[in-house]
Amino acid sequence: MPIQVLMPALSPTMEKGNLSKWLKKEGETIKSGDVIAEIETDKATMEVEATDEGTLGKILIPEGTADVAVNTPIATILADGESAADLAKAPAPAKPAAEAAPPVAAKAEAPAPKAAPAPQAVAEPDPEVPAGTEMITQTIREALRDAMAEEMRRDADVFVMGEEVAEYQGAYKVTQGLLQEFGARRVIDTPITEHGFAGIGVGAAMTGLKPIVEFMTFNFAMQAIDQIINSAAKTLYMSGGQMGCSIVFRGPNGAAARVAAQHSQDYASWYSNIPGLKVVAPFSAADYKGLLKAAIRDPNPVIFLENEMLYGHTGEVPKLDDFVIPIGKARIVRSGSHVTIISWSNGMSYALKAADELAKDGIEAEVIDLRTLRPMDTETIINSVKKTGRAVTVEEGWAQSGVGAEIATRIMENAFDYLDAPVARVTGKDVPMPYAANLEKLALPSAAEVVEAAKAVCYR
Amino acid sequence: MAAPKKAAASSPQDKTDGGSPPAFTREQELKALRDMLLIRRFEEKAGQLYGMGAIGGFCHLYIGQEAVVVGMQMALKEGDQVITGYRDHGHMLATGMEANGVMAELTGRRGGYSKGKGGSMHMFSKEKHFYGGHGIVGAQVSLGTGLSFANNYRGNGNVSVTYFGDGAANQGQVYESFNMAELWKLPVIYVIENNRYAMGTAVSRASAQQDFSKRGASFNIPGLQVDGMDVRAVKAAGDEAAAWCRAGKGPMILEMQTYRYRGHSMSDPAKYRTREEVEKVRHDQDPIEQVRNRLLAAKVSEADLKAIDAEVRDIVNASADFAQHDPEPDAAELWTDVYR
Repeated sequence: MPIQVLMPALSPTMEKGNLSKWLKKEGETIKSGDVIAEIETDKATMEVEATDEGTLGKILIPEGTADVAVNTPIATILADGESAADLAKAPAPAKPAAEAAPPVAAKAEAPAPKAAPAPQAVAEPDPEVPAGTEMITQTIREALRDAMAEEMRRDADVFVMGEEVAEYQGAYKVTQGLLQEFGARRVIDTPITEHGFAGIGVGAAMTGLKPIVEFMTFNFAMQAIDQIINSAAKTLYMSGGQMGCSIVFRGPNGAAARVAAQHSQDYASWYSNIPGLKVVAPFSAADYKGLLKAAIRDPNPVIFLENEMLYGHTGEVPKLDDFVIPIGKARIVRSGSHVTIISWSNGMSYALKAADELAKDGIEAEVIDLRTLRPMDTETIINSVKKTGRAVTVEEGWAQSGVGAEIATRIMENAFDYLDAPVARVTGKDVPMPYAANLEKLALPSAAEVVEAAKAVCYR
Repeated sequence: MAAPKKAAASSPQDKTDGGSPPAFTREQELKALRDMLLIRRFEEKAGQLYGMGAIGGFCHLYIGQEAVVVGMQMALKEGDQVITGYRDHGHMLATGMEANGVMAELTGRRGGYSKGKGGSMHMFSKEKHFYGGHGIVGAQVSLGTGLSFANNYRGNGNVSVTYFGDGAANQGQVYESFNMAELWKLPVIYVIENNRYAMGTAVSRASAQQDFSKRGASFNIPGLQVDGMDVRAVKAAGDEAAAWCRAGKGPMILEMQTYRYRGHSMSDPAKYRTREEVEKVRHDQDPIEQVRNRLLAAKVSEADLKAIDAEVRDIVNASADFAQHDPEPDAAELWTDVYR
């Protein structure tokens, strides 16, 4: 029976790609290991090698096709003795792509980027953006890159260092093009040595330079956490204000997809515990850009928590010469009067989906994107809770000593008399992240859990 | 950034030849004597104040090691940075930081270099290019490498002198830093102050390679073993290392063989070594006595030396007085300098 060649998943988080080129023609003989096609993902152009031998029977997806979902059949290979007439016998695609490649909850619930360009669809206009501003659609990855490039053009003291940031163009392609524009003096590939280069970054910052230190993921920053906390966060205080540290530590944080416990931890609560640090964890493309620019300019050390699942998501980014969003301000992205849902980063995916679901049942949720975790915009939370009387926090991190625990405490301290129900938390489950697709999905929060929690605090 | 590596042949010799280092001029001898005496008297006073309860927490005295920082400082030029660990009082005084400000920091007063918020292990001076004062063993090595990274980035011709001890030399980030410093040819002098004991652990019990000048060997970083009790030898090595760095050849390691007379900290009974061992070093190698004897041999009068003694004692006594009478920080200072 003819063999189907499926669109491969070329990274843990890839959902689709562009079939940029066929290197074999129909009727050509194919040996195992031959490069048959080139596929462009949002991170890189990759070669597809044949794993089966035979003749390329039929190309199902022509070259130049964009957004081909993972696991879509792209060609058939005929075995020896088979002919084009056998093509009809090729099995139908077993499952739609989304099911065939078991995604994590986040992936399943976040709308496909191009189909719904704004997963962060908002009801409320962003107060940071003047009415009538032209918007451009770009991925979060591009928004981050533009933020760095703009700040590097503006200030010669800003430089980027980290693993694979320069010649490789970024492990997640966030620093794409920076080496070409700014050169190797300012876009610096480091060895795999987090503790060392974090310390070098902090030392450079103590002299007044403004490093952007990229961690390939924040999981690896645990090797460097002594320098982040003991050196970066505390020096200003320990020096009586004489010597500070303007530095950004950035990179993907939290769960990606199917990378298991050591690569899937959310460090939001860890860093938000530390005086001297600012901690930013945006969700929308515009916020990623405006807040990264603010972080680079900030005279303090800033932990900038990104989310790998969001890198390929697109959103509307204001076309302004200098779009900077102040650190420390939450944003009400959806107004409502029945319950306040508070989240940040990828937690907003669940929160917004839940708000849509709740609306169908007549519950109008007010959704707050915290955006900054330290300093926390308590005022926006409290004002909302005073209006709704109910609150649900949503985070991918663990519950114990989590950010949601902090938010609940602040609500209790500042709006106890306004509460009609105890604050509910939706969090990651209290286990290391499992690898198995079903268990991973269970370990993460879901929109259904947010809906359930919101209904519970509404006594519905 | 990654310049091609120079052949090992251009490295300096691995060890000093054991001969006498270049002689100092009389002015240099007098300056070295005065600066070392200031550190010694300051540290003796700090020990007294600690005993009186005026200084709290940890207090690590530098007595015995004075020639290292004084000799190195004589090899530096304006703008060169200094960074070290927690045994830092001597380094601060050597860079020219005021005794008053250092002592008042030890007593936790508002006139201290960190307004009383840093203490013995955490002081800084932008003006004197002193970058701390770090309490986490080995952390200053990456930070000091970062200072030299900034020098390289700015192309300012300055070097960073990064001090650490024989104990810190076993920390992992030291080698991460060595690798990048050589890879990027950063102008950093790694001064390993080998005082023979990491707290209570003798070098022989903690270090597989006890020749610290070789600790950069696998990164092609040249190193010298230096008699850290002879201020002239220290300066000569410092000159060589600074020239190496300023020529763009990358980092150099100087192992300073030195000795601390006091315990690791004020609360250390120092049971891990004999009284005789300490006495022998004091008697045979004391860095201050070496200079004093040379000056006397060169017919400098006792009176002139006593005048230096008196000047130093006045500075130290005044600092102790200041540090005990300066007010504690205002309560409002609790909340300042967290962010700027």
